[in-house]
Amino acid sequence: MDTNTDNSTQFLEEFSEREYKWGFTTDIESETLEPGLNEEVITFISKKKNEPEFMLQWRLEAFKKWKEMEEPDWAFINYPPINYQDIIYYSAPKSTAKYQSLDEVDPELLRTYEKLGIPLSEQKKLAGVAVDAVFDSVSVATTYKAELDKHGIIFCSISDALRDHPELVKKYMGSVVPHTDNFFTCLNSAVFTDGSFVYIPKGVRCPLELSTYFRINAKNTGQFERTLIIADEGSYVSYLEGCTAPMRDENQLHAAVVELIAMDNATIKYSTIQNWYPGDENGKGGIYNFVTKRGLCQGVNSKISWTQVETGSAITWKYPSCILKGDNSVGEFYSVALTSKMQQADTGTKMIHIGKNTTSTIVSKGISAGRGQNSYRGLVKMMKGADNARNFSQCDSMLIGSKCGAHTFPYIEVKNPTAKVEHEATTSKIGEDQLFYCNQRGIPTEDAVSMIVHGFCKEVFKELPMEFAVEARQLLAINLEGSVG
Amino acid sequence: MLEINNLQAKIDDGKQILKGLTLKMNPGEVHAIMGPNGSGKSTLANILAGKGGYEVTGGSVDFLGKDLLELEADERAGEGLFLAFQYPVELPGVNGTYFLRTALNSIRKYRGEKPIEVRDFQVMIKEKAAELQLDPQLLSRAVNEGFSGGEKKRNEVLQMSILNPKLCVLDETDSGLDIDALQIVSEGVNRLRNKDNAFLVITHYQRLLTHIVPDFVHVMVDGKIIKSGGKELAFELEERGYSWTRDEANAGANNQAHL
Repeated sequence: MDTNTDNSTQFLEEFSEREYKWGFTTDIESETLEPGLNEEVITFISKKKNEPEFMLQWRLEAFKKWKEMEEPDWAFINYPPINYQDIIYYSAPKSTAKYQSLDEVDPELLRTYEKLGIPLSEQKKLAGVAVDAVFDSVSVATTYKAELDKHGIIFCSISDALRDHPELVKKYMGSVVPHTDNFFTCLNSAVFTDGSFVYIPKGVRCPLELSTYFRINAKNTGQFERTLIIADEGSYVSYLEGCTAPMRDENQLHAAVVELIAMDNATIKYSTIQNWYPGDENGKGGIYNFVTKRGLCQGVNSKISWTQVETGSAITWKYPSCILKGDNSVGEFYSVALTSKMQQADTGTKMIHIGKNTTSTIVSKGISAGRGQNSYRGLVKMMKGADNARNFSQCDSMLIGSKCGAHTFPYIEVKNPTAKVEHEATTSKIGEDQLFYCNQRGIPTEDAVSMIVHGFCKEVFKELPMEFAVEARQLLAINLEGSVG
Repeated sequence: MLEINNLQAKIDDGKQILKGLTLKMNPGEVHAIMGPNGSGKSTLANILAGKGGYEVTGGSVDFLGKDLLELEADERAGEGLFLAFQYPVELPGVNGTYFLRTALNSIRKYRGEKPIEVRDFQVMIKEKAAELQLDPQLLSRAVNEGFSGGEKKRNEVLQMSILNPKLCVLDETDSGLDIDALQIVSEGVNRLRNKDNAFLVITHYQRLLTHIVPDFVHVMVDGKIIKSGGKELAFELEERGYSWTRDEANAGANNQAHL
């Protein structure tokens, strides 16, 4: 008898080398600049977007700083050097006019969204999702504006915000992530083309899950979004970010910046599903994803919660963080990172406790398959004034197959003797015994792997909004029925 | 129902474990396999269930007219083979009820049947759990996670009663059970016995066989069955140990050689 070991090993290999299902290119005429980065390009972008002068100066300042900086090399990732002069920094669908209804939107574009399952359609409307879809850097459609207007909620592209609410943008942009924070934020600040802006007024609970779908489309175009979310006193907002990208042979650079600000008693929940093209099983192609995400719990009793499901990209460099400045503020980070094929992820969080009685929770689930490398890197810092601050961290790694790797790099700095930090970490392998147990009960191996992986990620999935949780399950090739939550 | 013919198998790293094992079971029968440590009892159970890590080097296994060794582990379950594990594994985060429903529906799918209605399933699982005096709370937890030894074994019997297999292989189900748990587990198994199914009970000790009374007892030593008899053989083994059966078998072999 040929043994089942071979079968399950073979299966595990196949499982981790699934074809990327969402790879295709939309044929829309783009207005595209030549590759290269200089002050002219930056000025072009700023002019193109009719930005106020302060924005251009801000961009140029970031660019100046960027030229003096070195690309960081401390992460546990390897990739060939990026030639930043080979990258196209601006590409937009040709017709930049805003549409009154979906009927006016380029049907080709709508078909792309449809293929992606992006909820611009009526059915998603019923689900209560307002979508500000970013297609290659320029927003093309916004739904549910009226409903949001009623509550005084601003949800628009950064470009529109710069036009309609320049004072808010000027006040808050760069206040959490300074434009010169690091190499990639400098780059982003110099050349960002669009992104989302959200302002929730005092005391308002946003009635919808706000959702932006980003998609990299034009060839060789780096995508540099900026997202800025401000939750004023006593407000609440849940924001969803989801991504897919077409199949490419060249690596595509992506360097986004996300800033969140929560005032007194405000809560921001930010959920991400990242499914960009990961490259093939030999590491060819795939997105390079260098993201800076940071939230500031400015006010007392404020709360910022990050949930991420990272399944895509060839390289992931991402540490959604919380600065817990307000007393009693709460920071959370729930993460599932899956690396298969040749993917590399170095991801985690930073929890900076400044205020008294601040608490943070970190739950990180890393899954490595194929030849994937998965690192958790997290900093918990208790500052001098952080009396009675508390942190709990749990970092679990799961290995599927024998050619992948899992790594954990926890950093803990405590400057206040009353602070408490707890850290737990485990590494496990999907056991042949577990698979056999499921098989013996009649469950085929594919379903069994899904079941075991989903079980492993459960604590994170239950933090996701329902419709996102469904997508997350699919992304991990899991077809459980309504068991999340 | 089950016909094992001259089965020979080794571990992947090379050690020969089964050395020509033959066993025939009919519907409605309970067979017990007893034998000392290392005789290959658990290997037999694993090979029947399709666990990896072994290589069959000879012989055949026919299960309900099919070549069992040709089937994947999940297909064997679909055909009606169930293994109650000696050490049931934990599946962290996998809800027990969900697991069991998935298992049942996978088997139904294999047989071309429709999935069970959620409500019917819930009624069924509640009933069966009560019969086994299993705290229903356990089923809303992750599979076997944090279960006591007794709870794990009762959970195995619960799964057995829900999946309603044709052939149940019980691998040292009595190990780690106190008297009360042994009683409950045995009653659970006895409730399932009928004229259409069969049980292969693997055990070290005779005490399980006073609760689950076998029709046949086989002694397995060094990878094969060297003596078979009725239930009274179990008592004799308990009293006299295994060595006499080995001597007897050797004597038989020698006599044959002399002839």
